[in-house]
Amino acid sequence: MWTLAVVVPLVFLAAFFAYPVAAIVARGFVANGALDLGGFADVLGDPRTWRVVAHTLEQAVAGTVLAVVLAVPGAYVLYRCSWPGRGLVRGLVAVPFVLPSVVVGVAFRALLASHGPLGFLGLDRSFPAIVAALVFFNYGLAVRLIGTVWERLDPRTEQAARTLGASPARAFLTVTLPALGPAIASAASLVFLFCATAFAVVLVLGGQRYATVEVEIWLRTTQFLDLRTASVLSVIQLVVVAVALWVSARARSRGERALRLVEAGRAVRPLRPLRSPVDAVTAALTALVVALVALPLLTLVVRSFRRDGAWTLANYAALSGTGRAGGGGSALTVSVWAAAQNSLRIAVDATLLALVVGITLSLVLSRRPRRPFARRAIGALDSAVMLPLGVSAVTVGFGFLIALDRPPLDLRSSLVLIPIAQAMVAIPLVVRTILPVLRAIDPRLRQAAAVLGAAPGRVLATVDLPLALRSIGLAAGFAFAVSLGEFGATSFLARPDRPTLPVVIFRLLGRPGEGNYEMAVAASVVLAVVVGVVMTTAERLRPAGTGEL
Amino acid sequence: MRNDVEATAPRPDRTGSGLRVEDATVRYPGRTASTLAVDDVTLGVEAGEVLALLGPSGCGKSSLLRAVAGLEPMAGGRVLWGGVDLTRVPVHRRGFGLMFQDGQLFPHRDVAGNVAYGLRGTSFGATRASRAERVAEMLDLVGLDGFGARSISTLSGGQAQRVALARALAPQPRLLLLDEPLSSLDRRLREELAVDVARVLREAGTTALYVTHDHDEAFAVADRVAVMIDGRVRRVAGPAELVADLGDAEVAEFLGLGS
Repeated sequence: MWTLAVVVPLVFLAAFFAYPVAAIVARGFVANGALDLGGFADVLGDPRTWRVVAHTLEQAVAGTVLAVVLAVPGAYVLYRCSWPGRGLVRGLVAVPFVLPSVVVGVAFRALLASHGPLGFLGLDRSFPAIVAALVFFNYGLAVRLIGTVWERLDPRTEQAARTLGASPARAFLTVTLPALGPAIASAASLVFLFCATAFAVVLVLGGQRYATVEVEIWLRTTQFLDLRTASVLSVIQLVVVAVALWVSARARSRGERALRLVEAGRAVRPLRPLRSPVDAVTAALTALVVALVALPLLTLVVRSFRRDGAWTLANYAALSGTGRAGGGGSALTVSVWAAAQNSLRIAVDATLLALVVGITLSLVLSRRPRRPFARRAIGALDSAVMLPLGVSAVTVGFGFLIALDRPPLDLRSSLVLIPIAQAMVAIPLVVRTILPVLRAIDPRLRQAAAVLGAAPGRVLATVDLPLALRSIGLAAGFAFAVSLGEFGATSFLARPDRPTLPVVIFRLLGRPGEGNYEMAVAASVVLAVVVGVVMTTAERLRPAGTGEL
Repeated sequence: MRNDVEATAPRPDRTGSGLRVEDATVRYPGRTASTLAVDDVTLGVEAGEVLALLGPSGCGKSSLLRAVAGLEPMAGGRVLWGGVDLTRVPVHRRGFGLMFQDGQLFPHRDVAGNVAYGLRGTSFGATRASRAERVAEMLDLVGLDGFGARSISTLSGGQAQRVALARALAPQPRLLLLDEPLSSLDRRLREELAVDVARVLREAGTTALYVTHDHDEAFAVADRVAVMIDGRVRRVAGPAELVADLGDAEVAEFLGLGS
């Protein structure tokens, strides 16, 4: 049984991760059956490549620094202090991270467009707009990663520093900040990873002018049919991601080193903005950030009910149509509602796939066999599974495109390709959600069941399953939401006659035609609401004390 | 050395009833060298007898117990019950019970659910009524009458260990293994519970192997005591006999009864 549990996910990962990646590398390095570095030299010699790489790094660094710097006071106010309404604001701050990236792009366009609430800034389609969207996206994640450590940090260490004569500032800088260091580093590397692989937001907000590596891969593939350059760029992206992942893993393992932690909640104290200047400043700053997080969301909703300066439901009514294009044609091949149906159907398939593979993998990885060989094998499998974690959706989509359209695996015309691609994007999330819970189960609990006469199958059904059930529900919600909003991989694979909702939104944005933009906004609201409902339902299942993603 | 031990111990019945451990060896693989936790131990527990396995921490007594349960693979030797070799029989088919140091109660089941867990496949597990009856009987035996519907998280440490004992005894295992069952409790509770455990084991007529590092506890519970030091069983004797004749200096030092 365990053999099957190891083989099934491995075959899946080999066919749909290793094989496409190998195909990408082969495209970049091999020409006419021989090793050829010419393509590499061409691409690396092109100044455009370096401009693209520079854009990627600039955007990612700026987005990461800003998100983390703002997240430290945010984590203090939202996790270390207690005040009425805190839960609500925490929920609001967590919204952007689960929003489909296309929706975030549309929301920022609505906010910054010349007739939008912040249109006077003249930032539409600019570098600051992209960075702001990246911060918007990742602020909640950074706050959560730092906050969940901070709320459990033993306050007595800082109190000891104070009794030794340290000022509040010195106590913070010399005691609290170093203790938070690993959490901050871990948050920063994860945020960097998300910023560096951001695709739809950059595509919608920056277009070709501020192309990142991801966007450039997409442009080269879909606009110029230059698969070779796209392959070389994918290899570059893989390297960037691998480095970021490695740094993130190091930061995480350092973070697991002994910190004096207390039970969550014991270190929390009331927020006193009137008495403590620190509280006043951090609370004001956080309030400002929260307002800025809420603004694009509000603009999006308001805009979806407006047309020609009047309030209307026409934008939503138009979703049953196909939009307009020049010459009396239509912008889309199917109605938005039909696309939404496609999305839901695909998301169900992708979720099932991701759960089957993810749960099996988690079960295997949670075992600690006694034989040294098996132990080493599990260690290797562990890192092999985490590899796809950072690999961007664009790379997955591109890899599928060039690898799976010919024998031995010809799935190009098959309907399973998109669910599989979306499952690949969701599997790491599923594993990350379920594995910690399974690992936290004391192995002696399973032994107790075995000693009481339970065969391995019954141990699984009566110990592992009930204890992991909530996390499996949470993972299913994650996978479903990710799949619904997935754009990077899907944009390479969606067939014109069966688009998903995010693909339709993107298409509407790109077709000048009366009412198309308003339709895109309304469709974004629909998508955001569906994802939001799925996530809030799933969040209720979050097991206590697991903070990660 | 081993032969000396056998010579001084009251000879277990050799007709094959009860537990017999022969030349048991447990090794833990390490990065460079493996550690020898249990070094060629031979030991018998007669049917109906309670044998305490007493030794300082790290002497290998828990490893030996886990090897008997089937939770630790043995590098050598055999485990027999009633003359039948169980060495290759998986944990859940041995018909032994094990009570863990910290109970290891299932947090997602209530008290009754925990006690009933092992009843499947036994004569008590046939019907809902027979299960409920057995659970009630066991809770009564450990002094927790009416606790069935309680959630595990509401139990005190002593109550949790009583439930763990009831759970281990419910399927009527032919051998009960107890791994320092009281060492996570405070002293007063430990002394009180040791007397209770001894009574319960006697009343249930259970054959038991009781691992502990506390000799008062061992003397209170056991018919015979096996002293284990550095992976080897150094002395097996009844409590009175053991105090009268300590054997070697190391055993005497551990027992704190040396001159």
